[in-house]
Amino acid sequence: MTALALVVGALLATACVAYVALPFLREPDPEEDVLAAPGALERRALELAEERDRALAALKELEFDHRTGKISDDDYRELVGPLRRRVAEALRALEPRAESTEERVSARG
Amino acid sequence: MPELGRAALIICLGLAVYALVAGAYAAVTRRRRLSGSAQNALLAAFVAAGVASAVLFAALLRNDFSFTYVADHTSRELPTPYTISAFWGGQEGSLLLWLLVLTGFSGVAVAFGRRIGADVLAWVVPVLGLVTTFFAFMLVAVSSPFETQVAPADGAGLNPSLQNPYMMIHPPFLYLGYVGLTIPFAFAMGALLARRTDEMWIVATRRWTLVAWTALGIGQLLGAHWAYVEVGWGGYFAWDPVENAALMPWLAATAFLHSVMIQEKRGMLKVWNVLLVVLAFVLALFGTFLTRSGVLSSIHSFTESPLGAWFLGFIFLIVLGSALLIGSRLPLLRSKTRMESLVSREATFLYNNLLLVALCLTILWGVLFPILSEAVRGEQITVGAPYYNFFLRIFGLPLLLLMGIGPLVAWRRASLRSLGRSFAWPAAIAVATGLVLLLLGAGSSWIGLVAYTFSAFVLGSIGYEFVRGTRARRALTGGSWVNAFAELVARNRRRYGGYVVHASIVMLAIGIAGSSAYDTVRERMLSPGQTMAVGNYDLTYERLVQRDGPNADEARAVVDVRKGGESLGTLEAGKNHYRAEDQVSNEVGIRSDYLTGEDLFVITDAINTNGTVVFKVFVKPLVNLIWLAGLVFIIGSLITLWPSAAEQRRLAERYRELRALARA
Repeated sequence: MTALALVVGALLATACVAYVALPFLREPDPEEDVLAAPGALERRALELAEERDRALAALKELEFDHRTGKISDDDYRELVGPLRRRVAEALRALEPRAESTEERVSARG
Repeated sequence: MPELGRAALIICLGLAVYALVAGAYAAVTRRRRLSGSAQNALLAAFVAAGVASAVLFAALLRNDFSFTYVADHTSRELPTPYTISAFWGGQEGSLLLWLLVLTGFSGVAVAFGRRIGADVLAWVVPVLGLVTTFFAFMLVAVSSPFETQVAPADGAGLNPSLQNPYMMIHPPFLYLGYVGLTIPFAFAMGALLARRTDEMWIVATRRWTLVAWTALGIGQLLGAHWAYVEVGWGGYFAWDPVENAALMPWLAATAFLHSVMIQEKRGMLKVWNVLLVVLAFVLALFGTFLTRSGVLSSIHSFTESPLGAWFLGFIFLIVLGSALLIGSRLPLLRSKTRMESLVSREATFLYNNLLLVALCLTILWGVLFPILSEAVRGEQITVGAPYYNFFLRIFGLPLLLLMGIGPLVAWRRASLRSLGRSFAWPAAIAVATGLVLLLLGAGSSWIGLVAYTFSAFVLGSIGYEFVRGTRARRALTGGSWVNAFAELVARNRRRYGGYVVHASIVMLAIGIAGSSAYDTVRERMLSPGQTMAVGNYDLTYERLVQRDGPNADEARAVVDVRKGGESLGTLEAGKNHYRAEDQVSNEVGIRSDYLTGEDLFVITDAINTNGTVVFKVFVKPLVNLIWLAGLVFIIGSLITLWPSAAEQRRLAERYRELRALARA
């Protein structure tokens, strides 16, 4: 039993080592071996894209809450303006030369 | 083959150490292939842990008493299902289950976590490697399930309390919950280490927390039902330190699942959310420490163990490391937005968080105080149910009320006029319910009355939300009410699944209030033929029956039950004497009325040699709502857990845009 256990154990160890070494066995001499990570520009763009999506989601939620009656007409009028401005600002910051922000807002909203 | 088990654990430890060291080096030096290799090591560790587990399972099923663990926790008479559950019935086996689940979850997190970003995943791997290293080391060097001995003729058997079908599934669910909280912790630490605090890590963390939180919730309810039907003292939760140990991380995770929405919607509370993720994980470790350190005297704890100091050291390391990391990343976690009003959805979430964390820390203090008292002053002090019940009322009732208020309040801010309109119906339902209950005599317990009134308010608010939402969706898209309802839920599964979970908590509150504030208890010694009255029931002790079970000698008192003169049949309650373990357990008799949710619960406190029996009988109104709440909780959790296609699309689109930007 001990011999069998040792054989199975050795096989397990060999298989594990081979699997761990797989990335090196597959690419012994790669052109590049660097982890992909966003640069400063991409991180800023990601931040802006998040801000845009958050503002759009908030606008959508506000519309729906108004429709359900959770938000009164007065509250809606008070809240919707600043939110639309936020969406427009986020879109402008992210895509300065894109199509008109109003189009994007209406397409997404 | 204990040698194979030991070898597999050593291989697992080696792989975990490699994942930790090589993974951290790869993340620091940004080496892609080395990072992939460390990820593979984590996946291979699962296979190694699987082999070790298979060896222990085989030994249990073969009654191989040359394994000390098998001899200590099973016997030849033990039925096969309980022989299988003995895998986690002892300390070493349960640690192995921890490792198996941890490596399994880590493998899934690595395999499906690639979209979080290679740089974050590269840091997640060494964090998972660190936790895996700790547990594999415990199993290799401190508490091995593969210790051997000269095989005795028979084993010592399993604790009779653990010989119950619930023990087949209750511990695995708890482990899924405890261990599952490692993954959000790893994602949170990975994101901080990689200096990435964008939404992706929060989405991954939230999903994993939801999985762990659901498993932990189900595990606790299964445990409560096990205590109710098996332990035989008439209750389902005794504020045992080990029960508290499972409740605390669940409360911390509940707080996180609410506050994470504020981060997603408003970009606020980033530091608080990371702290909650760390708190939930540390409390899961603390719970594991409590059951293994020997510091507690509880039927759950595997006492007299050398593991305590190791666990304390590891918890200290995690707390210190997390605190330093969070401190060093504070500038990244600073929020740019502020709360606009104290009357808003986010404010109610914040109040809910404060109450949940306060309740969690109060329970923690109740658990820690006797330990500290004994360690520092040598005095044995017990913190009992009155302490916990007091704080459960202080924090739990406002929490219940907030569950009703939250859905009615809009994000950002709400005017008094909007609130008045939203609150009118739910408040009217609550007041009407309170008045009706008062007239029906529920005023005998003001806590019960308040809990019922608040519960009615929450159910009213949830119902009102569904009605308003369905009406708005139907007005928007036309079609039938059913379609509009289905579309409403499908478009926002988290919100409406969450409401279903809230409904389950309300059912739980009603069940707890009904069965504890309005229960009836009678205790009496009866001779055969004598009758006792309890509530509306008349119980006649008919006879005592002795019989041989598969692994126990059973004594059962047969009781005839009548309600209002009408016969409801008989029920049996008694005791089992487990032969191999030489232990006696209570076997309760329960008659459930599923229409009213009420239970008649019979315990035989003593069976005397002259044939008399001391009966303790409870009538527990609405107790079955607690178990029904479990089913509703699962449904709500599944709705919430179901991946949102819209969210996936939104994130995919965002990262596609970024890749395009990077290429440009």
